[in-house]
Amino acid sequence: MQYEAVVVGVSAGGFAVLSRILEGLPDSFPMPVIVIQHRSKDERTLLEELLRGKCTIRIKQADEKERIQGGVVYFAPADYHLLIESDRSFSLTCDEPVNFSRPSIDLSFETAAEVYGNKLVGIILTGSNGDGAAGMKAIRQRGGLTIAQDPETAVFPRMPRAAIEIGAVQHIFTLEEIKYFLINLMHTDHA
Amino acid sequence: MTDEEEIKELLVSIRSAYGYDFTEYAMASVKRRIHHFMNIAKFTSIRALGRALLKEESLFEQFIQEITVNVTEMFRDPSFYKSLRGHVIQRLATYPLIKIWVAGASTGEEVYSIAIFLKEEGLLERSVIYATDINQRALQIAKEGVYHLRKMKSYTSNYIKAGGQHSFSDYYVSQYDAALLDRSLRQNIVFSAHNLATDRSFNEFHFISCRNVLIYFKQQLQTRVIDLFYESLCPFGFLALGNKESLLFAEKGKHFEEVDKKERIFMKTG
Repeated sequence: MQYEAVVVGVSAGGFAVLSRILEGLPDSFPMPVIVIQHRSKDERTLLEELLRGKCTIRIKQADEKERIQGGVVYFAPADYHLLIESDRSFSLTCDEPVNFSRPSIDLSFETAAEVYGNKLVGIILTGSNGDGAAGMKAIRQRGGLTIAQDPETAVFPRMPRAAIEIGAVQHIFTLEEIKYFLINLMHTDHA
Repeated sequence: MTDEEEIKELLVSIRSAYGYDFTEYAMASVKRRIHHFMNIAKFTSIRALGRALLKEESLFEQFIQEITVNVTEMFRDPSFYKSLRGHVIQRLATYPLIKIWVAGASTGEEVYSIAIFLKEEGLLERSVIYATDINQRALQIAKEGVYHLRKMKSYTSNYIKAGGQHSFSDYYVSQYDAALLDRSLRQNIVFSAHNLATDRSFNEFHFISCRNVLIYFKQQLQTRVIDLFYESLCPFGFLALGNKESLLFAEKGKHFEEVDKKERIFMKTG
């Protein structure tokens, strides 16, 4: 298999964008999709519940020590950082916020890059701070594939732009293109 | 040798030299903290760091500060305190002397939150709270009970959401940029060093709170710590974990009943 996992970073307010991509994925999608979305610390499970109604692929919040499996979209829980361990399981921490964010996209992306190396796809979507840029760079440095939502099409362009500006992004795509890119990954895998 | 193998080796030598056992801590977080420490202390390899740590005890002291996690806040998860009021307090009130253990108390914010909570329930006078942590410097801060004034705003908001009955500012006086917590709160708090990875049970408690500590441990150590809590609880004693922690994998899990699933409060039943 060319890729083993997909990580997605998006900040608060990116729900509509995220659901447009995830709605397109079938439950047979072979890879795990790990989503780091900035969210209010009081909002514990609403995000997952709302998406579950719209998607066919399985949606769940990542549990600590949970084994990461294909065909599942995992969300980082509110008020925790989500780290990926080398045995392909999750761990959580309450360490200081990074870029004022907990969960921090950078942190998850960096640990995912270390584990999955060049078999990782990193996607950065709409968002209003610079979190995620360093994480995208880490993915790129380890040979992973990096995609940013076209800032022209993003409600909050700062996050994808920050990643593009430091040269961490290989492809700049619209949402539709991101969706089809992911679906195509699946077909090349089975070829 | 990979980065992780070198770190494992380092942790083993730390264990034999200093008795601190981090070998069963979840690796991704430990690794990140070690690399962070290497950055500030200007080490370019894990081997060089290892040699220096074994030679210089003062460097090791700094290292411990970096590796043991000290991020906490007052009334974190306000709904947890509401649940304590609803589910736990009535039973605790039946004991003439209420014994509580806050394990992994760090710099003390949660201990004082519990003390304030007990005070408002009229129970602080007959409670003893044991606040323990592996990190003695953190415990020293806890003992002093002095925090940054700028944090009080979010703590006040947490306190109100937690159902606090007074004005949060009743519990501290401000001096320059510091908030000094009411000293009477700590009259019944015993601060002491305890290492969950290596130390044994030291008393029997009615309520143990250990929130967001187990997430830093590997599963085997988690299981052993749950065993330790089981041994340290009286029959029908309560155990509170962080809201992403569970008893699912612990063998002793079946001897606990869920009191509040969402807030992860359990009662020892068997």
